[in-house]
Amino acid sequence: MPGRKLETSIHWVMRIVTYSMLAVIAYIIIDIAWHGLPTISWEFLTGFPRRSGAEGGILPAIAGTLLLVTGTIIVALPLGMASAIYLSEYARSGRFTYFIRLAIITLAGVPSIVFGLFGLGLFVLFLKMGASILAGSLTLACMILPTIIVSSEEALKAVPQALREGSLALGATKWETIRRNVLPYSVSGMLTGSILGIGRAAGETAPILLTVAAFYLPKLPRSIFDQVMALPYHLYVLATQMPNADEVRPMQYGTALVLIALVLGLNMFAIIFRNRVRKKYRW
Amino acid sequence: MKKLRIKESAVRILIAGSASISIIIVMLIFVFLGKEGFPFIKDPGLFQLLGSKWAPVSFIKESYGIYPLLTGSLLITFLATLISLPIGVCGAVYISEIGSGFERELFKPFIEILAGIPSVVLGFFGLMVIGPVTKSVFHLSSGLTALTGALLLALMAIPTIISISEDAIRGVPRSFKEASLALGASKLQTTWKVTVPAALSGIIAAVMLGMGRVIGETMAVLMVTGNAAIITMSPFESVRTMTATIAAEMGEVPFGSAHYSALFWIGIILLIVTFGLNMVAMRVLKKYRMN
Repeated sequence: MPGRKLETSIHWVMRIVTYSMLAVIAYIIIDIAWHGLPTISWEFLTGFPRRSGAEGGILPAIAGTLLLVTGTIIVALPLGMASAIYLSEYARSGRFTYFIRLAIITLAGVPSIVFGLFGLGLFVLFLKMGASILAGSLTLACMILPTIIVSSEEALKAVPQALREGSLALGATKWETIRRNVLPYSVSGMLTGSILGIGRAAGETAPILLTVAAFYLPKLPRSIFDQVMALPYHLYVLATQMPNADEVRPMQYGTALVLIALVLGLNMFAIIFRNRVRKKYRW
Repeated sequence: MKKLRIKESAVRILIAGSASISIIIVMLIFVFLGKEGFPFIKDPGLFQLLGSKWAPVSFIKESYGIYPLLTGSLLITFLATLISLPIGVCGAVYISEIGSGFERELFKPFIEILAGIPSVVLGFFGLMVIGPVTKSVFHLSSGLTALTGALLLALMAIPTIISISEDAIRGVPRSFKEASLALGASKLQTTWKVTVPAALSGIIAAVMLGMGRVIGETMAVLMVTGNAAIITMSPFESVRTMTATIAAEMGEVPFGSAHYSALFWIGIILLIVTFGLNMVAMRVLKKYRMN
């Protein structure tokens, strides 16, 4: 039967395409790990850069990225979770809800460099924060807000309606119901989704380029109004702005590996945590 | 009792207030992009943007024509879509229709890893590996071309395309497939003539969302496309996209100059384009979910 043969061969073509895609992904990770691992040392992780980053460590960049991520979480997590609670528990279908949903979709699609321009215009210049950790964190928070809202709402929606109805029937108020019967079962789900957004914030370069990142600043920040170095921007600088690009290759690969380990580590943590939560609460 | 009621409404107002933050941010984005771009309307005038030459720093006469940047962005988006569309759809169909359960479990984390790699790391990988490869394969003088950028962007669009099309394909009712198989169609015919057409609007939306991501991507294209602001349709030439222009030039431009506002205008155009793409994609997705 010729049809059978054709079917098998087309399936094989698709199989090869899909597997080569996997091979490319694996190659990217292995290439960076392979070239980056020899650079990783205690001195590299905890030392200060020298000769505009050509030698020494990347501590200020690691610290900068961690500070930015912390700031982003502090701003975006409560706002995002509250938005999700509103959409899932309070909102009726109407104008206001429609506009919130429209705004979330719009925000999710705004290019990261446009967030950078926005952060520059609003936080850095208009609110006179200057290029600072504060301005950068606020900009990143705006960027990851949609991710947090959408995934938190999903976690809330997964809680069965019966739990809410039971609580309300016993005379609890709306907020009591949410606090005691909905949030305890959804908060871990909300957090995992948020971690994925936070991983994205840690790896973004374009928004911090215009709002916080310092080209070369071999010291730790003292306040939230200081500029900092950040891992993604540092990698960009090392890869494209150095006159002796070949000489700093180990530094480039080392920085890339630390950044990728940080972001993928966060993601992996979120995914493992998510699978656990899913097993724990099965309704 | 009264205290309780006050607390309830306070919480409600607080939560509704927080929920309006997204609307406020979207409005602020438009306001502040417009505010910083505004001076350009008076001097040198908006029509300046329509020119065919981008030379914002010049001793003779500055020109702010975004045509080369627009064609740069479009060329790269077109190429990236051309590359990622077949691979992404093929992958989605394979994962949801042909592959075994084990393969599905294997692919998921890979796709999530790819989606998680920061764009600057992909840009670096492009600089180190893909650039030199395109250079030697096509015998070019430099590997920093539109094609290199498009290859990287295709990598970024693929996770979006796969995950959304896979959802769409999986959403096709089983009865459709069973009916087709019962009528004697082979698995291949069922996949391509029943399942994929039924999921088509979801797949189209997936591709459009992927394109939205590609056109707004900054760091990878900034690093690997060579950044020459020329009008070309050749994938083997260096191009400069709108996003890369903002990222590269904003650091050096004097605040408040015409060049500075011009960069904000590029941002406004980007915002409108991605907004349009996303809106259409959402409409398509919604329509398909209703069916």
